[in-house]
Amino acid sequence: MPRLARLRRLGGKANGASGPVVGRISKPASVAAIVVPAAGFVVANIFYPNQQELVMMMVYLVMAQGINVIYGFTGYLPFGYAGFFGAGAYGLALSVMYLHVPAELGVVFAIVAAVVVAMLLSPLLRLDGVYFAIASLAATEALYVVISNPSLTAITKGPYGVNLIAVYNSNASFIAAVALVIVAMAVAVYLRSSRFGLALRAIRNDAVSAEYAGLRVVQHRAAAWLISAALAGAAGGIFAWYTSTFYPDAVFDTSISIFAIVFALFGGVGTVWGPALGAVILFGIYNAVGISEPQYFQLIYGVLIVLLVLFLPGGLAGLARHLVAGFNRIRGGAGRSASPLGPRTGDG
Amino acid sequence: MANPILAISDLAKSFGGFIALDGVSLELQEGEVVGLVGPNGSGKTTLINVVSGLYAPSRGTVTLGGRPLHGGPPHRVVRSGMNRTFQVPKSLGTLTVGENLRVASAHGAQRRTLEGDPLELVGLAGLERRFANSLNASQQKRLDLARALVTAPQVLLVDELGAGLSPAELDDAAGVLRKLAAAGIALLVVEHLMGFLAKVTSRVLVLNAGQQIFQGSLEEAVRDPQVVQVFLGG
Repeated sequence: MPRLARLRRLGGKANGASGPVVGRISKPASVAAIVVPAAGFVVANIFYPNQQELVMMMVYLVMAQGINVIYGFTGYLPFGYAGFFGAGAYGLALSVMYLHVPAELGVVFAIVAAVVVAMLLSPLLRLDGVYFAIASLAATEALYVVISNPSLTAITKGPYGVNLIAVYNSNASFIAAVALVIVAMAVAVYLRSSRFGLALRAIRNDAVSAEYAGLRVVQHRAAAWLISAALAGAAGGIFAWYTSTFYPDAVFDTSISIFAIVFALFGGVGTVWGPALGAVILFGIYNAVGISEPQYFQLIYGVLIVLLVLFLPGGLAGLARHLVAGFNRIRGGAGRSASPLGPRTGDG
Repeated sequence: MANPILAISDLAKSFGGFIALDGVSLELQEGEVVGLVGPNGSGKTTLINVVSGLYAPSRGTVTLGGRPLHGGPPHRVVRSGMNRTFQVPKSLGTLTVGENLRVASAHGAQRRTLEGDPLELVGLAGLERRFANSLNASQQKRLDLARALVTAPQVLLVDELGAGLSPAELDDAAGVLRKLAAAGIALLVVEHLMGFLAKVTSRVLVLNAGQQIFQGSLEEAVRDPQVVQVFLGG
């Protein structure tokens, strides 16, 4: 096209659009992010006697990464995130009970159940901010009320909970949880380094502007929503498999959402390692203090949230970046963060 | 005369009972520049918003290269070959300048590709690694323009590029617009600064209260009694 040929002559050297990109993580760092947490849990399982605690830590790591996908990369904060976890737990339970599938396949049903719920709830993405948060919370409550309804006892076992003792296998479900950690970390790495992840960050910045960059905003948001739901559904399914007996109020509990959100925020959303570190550290503290002395844990938790909001809105990742930038300044460097956690991507 | 690249016909937009735009028609040829002027609230930005697909029109049609656009959505308008800038710059703030362009290049530019350096063209060369929210307002406006250019538009709607720029920056901006027109891009330029507009075009469309009151040369516009009354009062 002559017009373009003329336009080409207007410019000089390289196309700015294909220039160097800040924020991509290197291949070794990507591999480390995917392998190290999973390897850590495998090693911990050898030396640490409480396997259930490790599984729960992995479940929360995955949930925190799921929050990272939907909040860190698109800005939607779902207070009803536990709904997908519960849908996953029941997806696995019902497929095992009625279709007699092996639990490994049940995890696939868990993912499908959560994704179906997410598709049904996708109109919520039309809402913003606090309205979205509240609507997602209400949707989860509605789902809980349906599942735990005594009238549906014949199907869901109602409020009396389900028993999956026939497929109970702590080692197999532990391995499934490790595999899921690998998947969750890989998703975070993908979002940090892919065209899709960059698109989500663009949308989070300004949806109208992103549309005029040619982005299909609605489809991208929906894709992030479904990925986030799939992670929570798989986590719920593996939780159900590992514990084998649970009640609906345990898997639709709002505190699951709150934990996942706080873990992700503590570590730093929009990053690869932040939510994982947040889950490991805070869930570790919870197990050390929270179970024996729950009142102290609540106190620590409350103080932590206040401190986070006031002084560390970027979480641990933000702190690391700040320290590295400060160090570079003192050294007389460029002042640019060289943190493996990457530059800040969102306002969370 | 060749077929117009952009044809706007009897375009109207109302918000509830308020008629923001009423029966505007305009044709733009390849490489042609038309200034869109009018007092505050006359419907200039609304016209850009409707033409670029942000709002669906209440009446009328927009055709680009002979194909109707049916009022958006914006990403489809962009992929069809039309883009815009914003009166208040809308940079993707927590992305770097390079990433701002990379998003547009990856999603907005379909078959056509732009091989020139849009950053150099708009005077932002060397700032690829800066975060967009660390740029000043003038630089952010230019980044908006560069992002739009990466999508290789045939038609570009420029919303008050000149506002807030220094005299030297205004000269640069006018030079950039002239280069784009020379490269064949049709431009619809919303502007309050007549001196700036005179440097890029001699043809204007004047709006008042959503209605087109004049279309013709800038020279004639300043002598048109209705235009004079709208701008200077009775």
